[in-house]
Amino acid sequence: MHTTLRIRRFNPEHEHPSSYYQEYDLDVDPADSVLDGLIKIRETVDDSLTLRCSCRGAICGSCGMRINGHATLACKTKMISVASEGETIQVEPMHNMPVIKDLVTDMAPFWSKIRQVQPWLQPQGPPPATEYTAPPESMTHLSGVMSCIMCGACVSDCTVLEVDKNFIGPAALAKAYRFVADPRDAATSQRLEVLNQYGGMWDCTRCMECIQVCPKGVAPMDRIMSLRAQGMVEKIPSTCGSRHAEVFTDIIKHKGMLDEPMLAVRTFGLKHVGRLLGMIPMMAQSLLKGKVPLSGPLHRAVPGIQQIQRLFKRVRTKP
Amino acid sequence: MKYAFFPGCVSKGACPELYQSVMQVYPRLGIQLAEMTTASCTGAGVLQEKDLRLGDVLNARTFALAEQQGLPIMTICSTCQGVMSQANHRLTTRADYLQEVNALLKEEGLEYRGTTSIKHFLWILLEDVGEDSLRRHITMPLSGIRAAPFYGCYIQRPTDALEFDRHPDRGKSLERIIEILGAEVVDFPGKTRCCGFPILTINEKNSLTMVATHTRDARSHGADIMVTPCPLCHLNLDGMQAKAASQTHTTIDLPILHLPQLLGLAMGLEAKSLGLKRHLISPESALAKIGMGL
Repeated sequence: MHTTLRIRRFNPEHEHPSSYYQEYDLDVDPADSVLDGLIKIRETVDDSLTLRCSCRGAICGSCGMRINGHATLACKTKMISVASEGETIQVEPMHNMPVIKDLVTDMAPFWSKIRQVQPWLQPQGPPPATEYTAPPESMTHLSGVMSCIMCGACVSDCTVLEVDKNFIGPAALAKAYRFVADPRDAATSQRLEVLNQYGGMWDCTRCMECIQVCPKGVAPMDRIMSLRAQGMVEKIPSTCGSRHAEVFTDIIKHKGMLDEPMLAVRTFGLKHVGRLLGMIPMMAQSLLKGKVPLSGPLHRAVPGIQQIQRLFKRVRTKP
Repeated sequence: MKYAFFPGCVSKGACPELYQSVMQVYPRLGIQLAEMTTASCTGAGVLQEKDLRLGDVLNARTFALAEQQGLPIMTICSTCQGVMSQANHRLTTRADYLQEVNALLKEEGLEYRGTTSIKHFLWILLEDVGEDSLRRHITMPLSGIRAAPFYGCYIQRPTDALEFDRHPDRGKSLERIIEILGAEVVDFPGKTRCCGFPILTINEKNSLTMVATHTRDARSHGADIMVTPCPLCHLNLDGMQAKAASQTHTTIDLPILHLPQLLGLAMGLEAKSLGLKRHLISPESALAKIGMGL
């Protein structure tokens, strides 16, 4: 098939470095990967094109880049899956990390955040004579998250990192979950308390970009949700995030549908009354437009609430 | 075309104009609705943070109620759609899990057999009403209006639960509708990104930065309005836009319309009947482009 690779280039050694797009026309086998195409360009057309790759088999995680606007592994992406005959394929370096040259990004911030979650086992008591073991059935649920190859795709497309570099990010949080959920680890509460801080597990928007782009099925956002649930089980100090989830669930239990003003009032509480007061201009405007819903006793439960409440009770008593 | 109608909490709460506008347009399209008055909230992904299985049981109850009526469910909220689609995906791809959930429903005389289809109004317009039929209802094409689409995360990802493999056009459905209605599509990078609403109570600064980024980008790409199938996005993009503009020291002033409102305008309905007076960012100047007032 014929295709054009439109590649984002950047050369820091240029007198006035700035990024730009360069197009390369190619005849390729449709079954070729985008990485095959890039290597072909480097070897036969333009040896200045810089990219990072190694295994070519979706194992090493080196060739993370954005193809047609989404992060992925170039070696795992077939040409035919992203373009039809004659169409252009756009290739860019990963987002949310500095570009070193062309398609090569600086992974240092990525590794720094992974290190922040202390990604090693922290067991309690004297070390065993041989090794720390656990029954296989207590570890199988971790097989998905242990498939992470640290390619950085989830970090590249994270919507929170796009606006706040302080966020620890999906890869580090998934790695943190891997140890929080490891039965041999004894630092669960301490780990969760660290993740409970600003920039930690509650700052994720649940946008699911990380689930969508992960080439290994790690589903980082699902792991973040598990961390949040575990945090609430462990009763680590509450945050606006945990109170939001607790209050939301409680309202559904009592009303079936959401009482939005009550959710805001109870989530912020007296502790964050300033935040609540900060919403008054918006609330007043909404009131004038007839948009503030009934709340408290005026917000009636849905017909059939007793059945919903029985299900709440049954779910909680039958693990 | 009859559906079990799941309006969701927000169309019955902080975005009453969404419910109002759907009520105006659906009968004219040959759609029949039976509103699910006894259904619970989907959990919106928030209840699922606390207890995923509880969320799946509540949604399985809703699916079972629709199944009893032999009707597919119609949603009008990207978040309701996504949360239900994900729950349905878990229930219908793991027989043992469905059995476990049904064991909890059994004492209520309910069983979910896994046959309920859940469809957003956006998809129904293209897949069930159909483009040809829809075009016949357009009496006032929105020529001259430049509309930026904004989907909401839950109706874009994850694509397997949303059945994008069976319905590949769903990913571009909003652009298609805008074109059919006669408006010009304004493409911009943020259309499938997050509006920031889920973290509004947690990290307001980040949430407002997202609002400002997307509305400002759409504006700079020439949009007169933004249209969304998600009322939660609307709450942030409309309700918090002024504060987001203030935080970023910019002026944005981009009206955010609900999908059925845009459709209603193209069907020749009056702006007032579609609840367009209820927006915090007034769509008055955009409506003037098609010779309409508020």
